[in-house]
Amino acid sequence: MIRSLLFVPGNSPAMLQNADIHGADALILDLEDAVALKEKDGARALVKHAVKALNFGGLPLVIRVNPLGSPYLEDDLLAMVPLRPAYLMPTKVSGAGDIQRISARMAEIEASRGMKSGCVGLLPLIETALGVENAFRIASSDPRVQGMLLGAEDLASDLGAARSKAGREIFYARGRMVMAARAAGILVFDTPFTDVDDEEGLEKDAGFAKSLGFDGKAAISPRHVAAINLAFSPTVVEINYAREVMAAIPKGEEAGLGVVSLHGKMVDKPIVERAKRVLAAARQLGLEGEDE
Amino acid sequence: MSKLAGSLREAITACGLKDGMTVSFHHHLRNGDHTLNQVLAEIAGMGIKNLRIEASSLFAVHAPLVEHIKNGVVTAIGTGYMSGPLARAVSEGILPGPARFRTHGGRPAAMERGTARVDVAFIAAPAADPMGNLSGVLGPAACGSLGYAMTDARYAGKVVALTDHLLPYPLFPASIQEDRVDYVVQLSSIGNPQGIVSGTTRMTRDPVALAIARLAARVIEHSGLIKDGFSFQTGAGGASLAVTQYLKPIMRRLNVRGSFGLGGITGYLVEMLEEGFFDSLLDVQCFDLKAVASIRDNPRHQEISAARYASPLAKSAAVDSLDAVVLGALEIDTDFNVNVHADSNGIIAGGSGGHADTAAGAKLAIVAAPLFRARLPIIVDRVLCVTTPGDTVDVLITQRGIAVNPGQPELKDRLVRAGLPVYDIVKLKEMAEGYTGVPAPVKPEGKVVGEVEYRDGRVIDVIRAVR
Repeated sequence: MIRSLLFVPGNSPAMLQNADIHGADALILDLEDAVALKEKDGARALVKHAVKALNFGGLPLVIRVNPLGSPYLEDDLLAMVPLRPAYLMPTKVSGAGDIQRISARMAEIEASRGMKSGCVGLLPLIETALGVENAFRIASSDPRVQGMLLGAEDLASDLGAARSKAGREIFYARGRMVMAARAAGILVFDTPFTDVDDEEGLEKDAGFAKSLGFDGKAAISPRHVAAINLAFSPTVVEINYAREVMAAIPKGEEAGLGVVSLHGKMVDKPIVERAKRVLAAARQLGLEGEDE
Repeated sequence: MSKLAGSLREAITACGLKDGMTVSFHHHLRNGDHTLNQVLAEIAGMGIKNLRIEASSLFAVHAPLVEHIKNGVVTAIGTGYMSGPLARAVSEGILPGPARFRTHGGRPAAMERGTARVDVAFIAAPAADPMGNLSGVLGPAACGSLGYAMTDARYAGKVVALTDHLLPYPLFPASIQEDRVDYVVQLSSIGNPQGIVSGTTRMTRDPVALAIARLAARVIEHSGLIKDGFSFQTGAGGASLAVTQYLKPIMRRLNVRGSFGLGGITGYLVEMLEEGFFDSLLDVQCFDLKAVASIRDNPRHQEISAARYASPLAKSAAVDSLDAVVLGALEIDTDFNVNVHADSNGIIAGGSGGHADTAAGAKLAIVAAPLFRARLPIIVDRVLCVTTPGDTVDVLITQRGIAVNPGQPELKDRLVRAGLPVYDIVKLKEMAEGYTGVPAPVKPEGKVVGEVEYRDGRVIDVIRAVR
């Protein structure tokens, strides 16, 4: 279960070696925007050796590569695909064609290394107006695509809108991304909150993203991880309600009732499905025993 | 009668300072102190040589001491801590004999025993009256507590107060009173209070240090010590200082009211006092200007002397009532001995301060440090220099796990039961070496440049010269 994805600059040995201690559910090792042009080669070499030498606490690794059309992507793919990260994160993805081209090149690299085809997934970064409009096509373009991340900074710039903490300028994009991801059956993650020192703003922003249906959120600072994890974990109230729902069903069946009522409200299939999801998440996070 | 001397030189002459004597200084102005340099420049100008310095701590600002040593004005040093160019020069063997390192509690004990005898104490007083009533909370260079200077005033043969803020008699409140002071000298400036806040007393933003601090707070939580009456101290620097901010929500959740926060006091502990997490603060030294304002304005924020803080000869000292202390380390060995004296090259980079005292006194002595710094593991087979003996250290906390001293099996059980990542210290060392490799041993083999005196007066280790 991935609630938080922590960005780690690919050119920082100190941050790479301690990347797994901050509680993030996944790490995004960055070869793109965190790395200056003159350091691209060094970062690629560093990430390659780091992934080989360290196990990062067994966390799923996402490697953010440079965009299509940049002179760095080919070298990124050649160096990163053989490391078998859980995902590559292609950037500035604007349509299904982008994914298909990258996926085809990955397949060639996999074949040349004797790797199983498709063993490295994709988690594209959607950060252009065209990308948002094509979100569903991107999400369903290739079996490698198992999730998407919204990148609001570049998107706002593409829109000609000022980026704000309230995030009104990305409201449509967030909704559209969640819709597309759910329609395609993949995961969807919210854009990072960029004010490192604003804990309260972060909590609000993460809570809002969860309310829209996002699975989790990226973090640009280790200090944001705990609040994101909390926002995307089921609460004690949610867990207890889910337990009540699951307990009510057999009682209803015994009584020969098709529909069960709990606290005066009807429990139907979507509510049961939601309760199952909450309990599964609680189990995975070790939260189930908290009040017993 | 007035004790006001016309000049610094007049006061020094009146004290009868001669070749071979000992002069003392305290460090409440930390790296903003202007007095030690002014006094020694005057003494050098008078042609006095072969002096011993007894300082509670020496910082980078005291670099001019190096010249005074070269010129034979100063030939011996006793201190609780040493950093900057002076520390480097001492490591290279500039002194004829070894520097004597004491703990903050060991210094008053040594003065009481007579092993650290002071002929003339120079006390930087942020405010003074003409009869020598001294305050740390008033004046442009207000530094708060004068805890370490109280010891000097009590034991020195002659006491000279240096101030840049002369007030009418009788000054109130006086931390050091006229019965102990011989002369008062007015200087244009005794120090820059901004220098009180040194790098080691600022709250870290380093995410690794914060992760260690979070884990340390959980260890304290599960140690069983957090209940009403809980008392707490952190050392300066990195992770130790940051523990305070994670302790607060835990105390709030458990609805616990602590009895006192101790030590070098920061604004974070002041906030906890003001918010009712502690009933009082016992303050031997203020670490920032918020603490200075608090000790001036809040009667629950009490000034204490170095002897009451930590002296092993005191009938009781505050460290003896301390529940938990969080300390730093340059190195820790597999027997839990801690070094805060010498860096990885063997160069002097600090000293005990209250490290060994609080570890000995506290029920729970925690060392919080990163598993490795740059390319060097923090855990070694044998520390370059023992500052704090391993039998007084209960637990090591790093970003990748905890090691409990085998002498504390009950604590280990509690932490394991709480689901905290507890490892054998040898296992943690191997984990560190998995990242860094095994470094080649560093073994300075020059002459002895430093002697580490434990709080009971025994020399427990030495520091050797580096090339």
